[in-house]
Amino acid sequence: MGFWNDPLKAAADWLMDIFTGWGMPELATQILVAFLGVLLLIVILMVLDIVLVWVERKVVSRFQSRIGPNRVGPFGLIQPFADIIKLLIKEDITPSGADKVVYNLAPILSMMSVLILWAVVPLAPQILGADTDLNIGALYIVAAGAISTLSIIMAGWSSNNKYSLIGAFREVAVMLSFEIPMLAVLLIPTIFAKSMGIVKIVDAQDTWFVFLAPLAALIFFIAAIAELGRAPFDMGEAESELVAGYNIEYSGMKFGMFYAGELLHAFTFGGFWAILFFGGYRFFGLEQVNPILAVAILLFKAFIGYWLIMWVRYTVLRIRIDHMLSFNWKFLTPMAFVLLMVTALLNALLAETPPWVYVSSMFLSNIALAWGALELARSYSRREREKVEGPKPAVETTHH
Amino acid sequence: MTPDQIVFLIVALFTLGSGFMVVTSGNLVHAALWLISTLFGVAVTFALLNANFLAVVQVVVYIGAIAILFIFAVMLTRKDIRDQGPQVNKNWWFGALLSVSTFAGLYFLLQGWEGMSKTASAFPSGFDAVAELGNELISPTGYVLPFEVASVLLVAALVGAVYVAFNPRSGK
Repeated sequence: MGFWNDPLKAAADWLMDIFTGWGMPELATQILVAFLGVLLLIVILMVLDIVLVWVERKVVSRFQSRIGPNRVGPFGLIQPFADIIKLLIKEDITPSGADKVVYNLAPILSMMSVLILWAVVPLAPQILGADTDLNIGALYIVAAGAISTLSIIMAGWSSNNKYSLIGAFREVAVMLSFEIPMLAVLLIPTIFAKSMGIVKIVDAQDTWFVFLAPLAALIFFIAAIAELGRAPFDMGEAESELVAGYNIEYSGMKFGMFYAGELLHAFTFGGFWAILFFGGYRFFGLEQVNPILAVAILLFKAFIGYWLIMWVRYTVLRIRIDHMLSFNWKFLTPMAFVLLMVTALLNALLAETPPWVYVSSMFLSNIALAWGALELARSYSRREREKVEGPKPAVETTHH
Repeated sequence: MTPDQIVFLIVALFTLGSGFMVVTSGNLVHAALWLISTLFGVAVTFALLNANFLAVVQVVVYIGAIAILFIFAVMLTRKDIRDQGPQVNKNWWFGALLSVSTFAGLYFLLQGWEGMSKTASAFPSGFDAVAELGNELISPTGYVLPFEVASVLLVAALVGAVYVAFNPRSGK
């Protein structure tokens, strides 16, 4: 039973016994086993990444009324492996004007910024990415995002290509500005859970936080898509304007690192969305049965988030960059801050009330805030339109 | 040496080496990137001191915002990224003297401090450093006044930036 209740710990203890049996000192064994654990997690994630390539291509083609990869293997399942072989044997080009060290470091940092996110992911009640619950988990997500911003600006600059530099500038502008509503919204689960630790946030979700703060979940979703640089916020890549944006000069596996990093990043944000607002591995007590089941629940929820991100990406058109920036600074950021203040205030006022009052008033305040913000935006845009077009006629005139 | 000391020495050497590269590298963007690695080294030092919150804030604020803005400013304002001319001027010996004497002064001052040779006691179990920090920052007996004054300072900086960027003729 010991193994099935906590497979990772059982495996780690078994390895520890073997290594200490060989006469290795205690400390070295601990470090080695921890290292092997990290390696295992990364290998699993990279294999998952290969599957994600297939999933993405298949789902995209469905959204676009195509069939997608279907030649290599059943349902085209072996297609990503063929792609990897192609990427590996492609000529690895470094442009002659490139800044070699920075150029080669950028894809590694890009991949790294995604992988380190998994250090704080609670996969199951007993299985954590990191050994202990980091008490700053929510902030850690933003810190990892900072490194991904850095990798993009490094790639754009070191390629010595104007398109890639413009792409990097735009992408970084998007990422920096959407970090602010994201940070404000990350504080809302923190208020509910009274801790920034991701495990405590999951534990506190007897009611999923999406019912307490649907607007916060929506803002996090929008900010996450912008952080990923996916459509409709893909100014950084904008194929029709910038060829390919910041990764234009990269070929072979270095490009593959950016591509795989982006897919895994999308999946990871799907996972964080699930963890912060949809209860993480919790599903009506099912997670207590077996840790493997809990991991499966988390992966399932993460895939749903990922699927929604893909759905938005392949349905909505790219927004112009000035529209996007004013959408963020004049609409999303103030809304996120007002929501944060309202939530904090209500949380303090309603601390003593029964749960159903707490949940319903939180939910209603979110809805009211969203409605008010939309009304404000609508009246503002009506005024702007009138300034350009003149006042609207009272009765719609029809032309014959 | 304990493993902690070895890790600290590696991190300190990394931080100092990166800091040295910031001032000696001729390419301004490289200097900014070395600055980022210096700041990262400082973040790791915070993490080694059990100050998780400060470590993460260091990465978010200094690397994620300030260093990126440095790079932006360098890229947008300079036609040539490379710095022409020598790296040092004729006062270099004075600067070196000043930094060495500051280091020596701090070293001798801290020699007399009893905390220099003590090892920090471990946190009691269940101790939440972030919660403590938050309570201290907003409690009237703690640091609420400096905290609020700092926020007023930041707002003043923000208003100043808007004022500089505001163009009264176009009204935008």
